[in-house]
This record gives sequence, C-alpha cells and structure tokens, in this order.
Amino acid sequence: MSVSSDDVRHIARLARLDLTDEEVERFRLELSTILGYVEQLEALEAGRAAEPAAPDHPLRSDAVEAWEDLTPLREAAPDLVDGYFRVPRVIE
Amino acid sequence: MRHAPRTAVELAAAVRAGNATAAEAVGEAFLRIRQADSLHAFLSLREEAAREEAAAVDRRIAAGEGDELLLAGVPVAVKDNIAVAGGPTTCGSRLLQHYVSPFDATAIAQLRAAGAIVVGKTNLDEFAMGSSTENSAFGPTRNPHDPTRVAGGSSGGSVAAVAAGCVPLGLGSETGGSVRQPAAFCGAVGVKPTYGRVSRFGLVAFGSSLDQIGTIGATVDDAALLLSVVAGPDPKDATSATEPVGDLAAGLEEADPAGLRIGWPAEYFGAGLEPAILAACEAARDRLADAGAEIVDVSLPHSPYGIAVYYTVAIAEASSNLARYDGVRYGHRATAADLTSMYLKTRAAFGAELKRRIMLGTYVLSAGYYEAFYGKGTAVRARIRGDFERAFERVDAILSPTTPTPAFPIGEKADDPLAMYLNDVYTVSANLAGIPAISLPWGRTPATADRPALPIGIQLMGPDFSERRLFEVGRFLERESPDA
Repeated sequence: MSVSSDDVRHIARLARLDLTDEEVERFRLELSTILGYVEQLEALEAGRAAEPAAPDHPLRSDAVEAWEDLTPLREAAPDLVDGYFRVPRVIE
Repeated sequence: MRHAPRTAVELAAAVRAGNATAAEAVGEAFLRIRQADSLHAFLSLREEAAREEAAAVDRRIAAGEGDELLLAGVPVAVKDNIAVAGGPTTCGSRLLQHYVSPFDATAIAQLRAAGAIVVGKTNLDEFAMGSSTENSAFGPTRNPHDPTRVAGGSSGGSVAAVAAGCVPLGLGSETGGSVRQPAAFCGAVGVKPTYGRVSRFGLVAFGSSLDQIGTIGATVDDAALLLSVVAGPDPKDATSATEPVGDLAAGLEEADPAGLRIGWPAEYFGAGLEPAILAACEAARDRLADAGAEIVDVSLPHSPYGIAVYYTVAIAEASSNLARYDGVRYGHRATAADLTSMYLKTRAAFGAELKRRIMLGTYVLSAGYYEAFYGKGTAVRARIRGDFERAFERVDAILSPTTPTPAFPIGEKADDPLAMYLNDVYTVSANLAGIPAISLPWGRTPATADRPALPIGIQLMGPDFSERRLFEVGRFLERESPDA
C-alpha cells in the first residue's frame, strides 16, 4: 500500500501534529509498510461487529459528588485567568 | 536479625502478626531500589509519603485494626500511567512531565485500604505504547537478567522492579500484552485480567476497548493476592464488571489439575517460535498430562490476524484518546501566536512512536478508509473472540508461549516498528477477546556465545472471569517448573 507525502501532511493536519519534512518522509514509508501489513484483513469476509467483552454495564445512580478542593485542578492549568483557561487568539 | 519475608503473602502475614513492620518493609524496599538504580525501573519515588503511610499502617496494627489488611505493609511499584494523588503521572511523556495527579486511581485507593504502600512510579513506553520500554521519554528500563537487553513493555519498570526483588508487587496495564510480555522477559508472573475486572478510573486511556490494569508478582500467589485487592466493580468506571470477584488467592496450592482439559493451540507453535520456548511449553504440557489433565488440540484460526486487528483497533482508539493532549487544561503547552499553532507545536512534543500511532489511527479513521480498516478490524476481532468461545466449549484453559523469543537487545528493533509489533503476536488475542491470561516463568533459554540464559514465559488463557482457575493451574506449574 502506498501513502503519499500529501496524504501524510493531510493526516498530520487532521491530527494536529506539526511534522518536519524528515518526519513526513519517515512516516510516509512507515505508514505504507504498516498499513500494507494490516491490508491482509481485506482477504477475510466481514462478519458481525465486535461486541464488548463485558456486556453487563448497569448505570450508576446519578448522585452528585462534590470535588472538595479544586486547587490541584487549577494548578495543573498552563494559563488560568479568573477561573478560565486562557488560550491564544482564535479569531483575527 | 529476623529473616526478611520474601513474598507479599508472607510479608503481609508477618506485618499483621506483629512479626515485621510496614516501616521495615518500606525501608528495605528503598534500599533495594537504590541498589538496582541502574535498571531505571522507577521514574519517581515517594519516599517521604511511603514512610508516613507505613507508620500509619503500623499504628493501625498496633491498635488491633489490622486483621483485614490483605496487603499490610507490602511495598508496591506502580506504573506511571496510574494516578497516585499528589505526585507525578508522567506516562513516560514530556507532555505530562510536570503534571501532578489531583486524585487516586480506584486501584490505588483499594491498595491503600488494604494496607499496601506505593513506593514509587515506574517507567513505561510513552502512554504505554510499545513493547520494550524504550519509548519512554526518560530512557529505557534494563532487564535485570542482562542489562544490555530490554525489560519488555510497556510495563517494563514495574516488572523489572519485581523481578529484581526491589518490591514484591507491581501494578501495570495491558492493552496488547504490556504486563505479560515483560513478565516473560524478566522472569516474573504477569496477569491480564478479564476486560472490566479491575476499575480503570485513574488509568490513563490508550485503547479503551482493550485497556485493563494488570498485576505482577514474583509468585502466582502474590499476583493473585494483588488482583483480589484491586478487582471489583466501581461506580466511577462504567466498563467495570459487576461479576462477583470471589476468592482469587486463597488455597491455590491445593488445586489439582487432574481432570482439567488443557487446550494446545496449533496456531501458537508455528514459524518464528524459538525452539527452547516450544520445549518449555511442551514440558509444561507434559507435567499437566502426568498429573491427570487432558491435553486437547484446539484451533484458533483467526489468531494469525491478531496483530493486524490490534493495530487497527488500538491505534484508532489511541488517536482519539490522545486528542485530549491539547495544552489547554493541563500538561505541556508550547507558546504560539494562535490556537491551531499552539495545538500543533504542543503535540510535536510526543515521541516518535506516539506520532506514528496517532498518524496511523487518524489515517484508519479518516474519510474513505474507516470501513476498510477500523470496520474490518472490529469484524475480525469478533471472529477472534468467537474462536476462543468455541475452544472454551471443549477446554478449561489454553496453554501457549507468551512471546516468540526471549528479551532482545536494547536498540535492536528501534528502527523497525512492525518487527516490534510482531513481538506481541501471542498476547494481543486475549486483549482483543477480553479474556483473562497469565504469564509465568518456565526455565531459561540455553546460554550461547552471543546470549546469556534468559527467562522464558509460558501463557495460560481462560474464559471470561476464570482468573481463579488460571491461578490454580499456574500455581501447579510453578511448583513443577525448572525454576522451582
């Protein structure tokens, strides 16, 4: 299976990954090889879709549990202003 | 001087009886961790917190409140993708290098309630993606039996810490063999429980239809005891199973394999398997037959497709799960003038294997390819589970190798991702099917001019929630093994 440099750049854009030209070339070759290996599945007839191994998933009660101390969550934020996560400009 | 208890079972009993203290046990663990520092099993130690927690356990026991503490004073090494409150959970990644966990994973809360002491967080392939622990942003973990070789992965740090005798117990996580494969490489017991058996609240997500926390011990009894503590339903994990846990660990040594039906799967003994590992499986099979077990040939015809299925399902789920590392709410953020550039530059800090899997996963989920890859992958996955369901109508457990080869040299597969992936050929099927499996040591490969004698792992797989049965058979084999 052959993946082009443009394919790699398109996928990288979708995945929000900034790749160097060297990485684009490396991933072009590696994706071709690995997806080529995965293509062996095409020879098999499709069956039913996979079901979860543990089908019994009852819902818990919808009870509110207070998170007592929000400080660790706030401290984890790269840029917090007045309780908001600040990010760079989105719209010009 | 008192004889130091060696196993978790012995240590917990001694601490409960007042013949040893948690403080001594923790002190000894840190001594051994420092002696084994060159293995790079740990990414961070909780020395002060662990000593305080040990003192608290000792106080409870002195006050007569210790009878129920299944892991009283037992030091545990925890893979650094499982959250322990107040300390790092780096996932072996630059993106979370300075992140501090605001809460305990449910498995960690269960450890604390049982009197266990988390002594440190262990090395792993970045976000548990890898089979050698070489993909850690902080450098590889070395194999205790040969430091030029990998410990396996992705739970290489926890397994090496147990195999080197630093701690009796380790917690790891499995998506495609990440506990069993390093256990085989390092000569430890590694358990991959049934999907849903252990809560994943606080385990950093990789492939959510596959991920499961696993246990590591030097003995079957120890690994079983640890699972008995962390298993069970959890309101915080909707995928946790409500199936009763039962007693997973007591009296395993009394089990008799006579009358059990043990499956021998032809597909697991083909090309690529080292002769010494085949011989180990045959020897284990013969011990079981000698003891009265019936050996039954079984076929798992779709298992040759396991790796191809795994690398569609796991990478697709990984690319979705890793989308959350955007630099907005926590973790690393790169400086940039606009939001899209910030995402792009922040996520450039992922290591090469992470980028590879994100790219692959995004590709197989992208328009025009979804049906051919992910759709096909899930359909063949159902067939792999079907193979096991049919086999378990005829047998109680299946015996196989854990890995096709013993531990390989550091760097050997670093430039060949497909060769690295194929290392998991015998382990991924249990994850895809959701069934439990364990790896246990069985002797060593013969030493040659280029290679010392290296541990061999053999695997037992069973139907959903058959962990107790696997431990019973494993306990028998452990007694019969060349290592005993």
